[in-house]
Amino acid sequence: MTTHEIDLKALMLASLDGDAAAHRALLARLSSRLRAYYKSKLAGVGRGTAEAEDLVQEAVLAVHFKRHTFDPAEPLTPWVHAIARYKLIDFLRRTRTSRADVPIEAADAIMAHDDNVGAESSYDVRRLMERLPKNMRCSIEAVKLDGLSIAEAAVRCGISEPGVKVSIHRGLKALATIIAGKRGHED
Amino acid sequence: MKTEDLVDLLSNSPGPIDRGLVVRTLLVALGAGSILAFGITIFGLGVRPDMMTSRALSFVAAKLSFAVGISSLALVYLAKLARPGGERKPRSYLAALPFLAIMALAAISLGLAPSSHWNKMIVGDEWLECLVSIPVIAILPFAVSIWAVRQGAPTNLARAGAFAGLAAGGVSAMAYAVHCTDDSLPFVAVWYGGTIVLCTLAGAAAGPRLLRW
Repeated sequence: MTTHEIDLKALMLASLDGDAAAHRALLARLSSRLRAYYKSKLAGVGRGTAEAEDLVQEAVLAVHFKRHTFDPAEPLTPWVHAIARYKLIDFLRRTRTSRADVPIEAADAIMAHDDNVGAESSYDVRRLMERLPKNMRCSIEAVKLDGLSIAEAAVRCGISEPGVKVSIHRGLKALATIIAGKRGHED
Repeated sequence: MKTEDLVDLLSNSPGPIDRGLVVRTLLVALGAGSILAFGITIFGLGVRPDMMTSRALSFVAAKLSFAVGISSLALVYLAKLARPGGERKPRSYLAALPFLAIMALAAISLGLAPSSHWNKMIVGDEWLECLVSIPVIAILPFAVSIWAVRQGAPTNLARAGAFAGLAAGGVSAMAYAVHCTDDSLPFVAVWYGGTIVLCTLAGAAAGPRLLRW
């Protein structure tokens, strides 16, 4: 078992218990692993690496929203690898490349390299958020983008504090759906 | 958007996660599917007229245990297949056990009967009704099962769809058993087994379309 597996699984377990710092560290560390993975895979099937960042973000969103499907009795690496590979195959299928072009690989491939050279993905979050209902948009902008507290956001948006929390939760889910849908429409 | 911004966006007060959610959602779905299937059977087709005789009850119990066995095994595998990478630990051939058991019992019962009875034992009285009813009753339980699997994150969609179909077929056969008056083991093996396999194949075909996320 690699040290990545041990470290990252500890972060995952803490994140499942609601530890925000662990959750952030997990997503940040996974995103650099995912970046290296997608860049090499896209290059391997003869495609540019420009789309790698979009895939990284889709996989990060999936790790976040599907983290309840992680079974703590199992290692983390195969779980992350399955998500990363699923998103890759889905992407290649959408863009009409055969699945046969994705070589069989060991799950460890996902933990093999770091790549911290982040690029901008093609999503502009502020523009995407224009499609959200007002309360969701206001809550996310206040707390997530402008760094206000929940209480300050409640005042700014004119809703209750629990309302802000619910709006953020629902808004992020809606945002993930928009991003997934946007990719679908681009084909 | 930069990935760091996305990570920031996602990691503010994430809250604890309910680890039993995948299994519980599947249980709720199969429970709801069973209620729907029994409702459709009882109100649409009616309970068999001799239901309360001990002879009928023992046959119904035998059919129920076949169907419940199938659904339970399907549920066990669905709980794996609804998670990313769940298909890595297969052994899903164990799901064929109830089918093998009923086929063995059917063969024994045919062996014990004179060959002049075979036709009647296999074809029964209502083979056509059975052939149509089990897949039709399975539609709603299948929809609920697919919904439940979609709450997870399956990465082998055909296989997850197949097991959702298998679970729904089992639930449907369970409900249909309270109506059906054909009690021979070969009948159950051929028509119940066959229609449940049909549901499984339909699920495998529909999975990639219905389960994409």
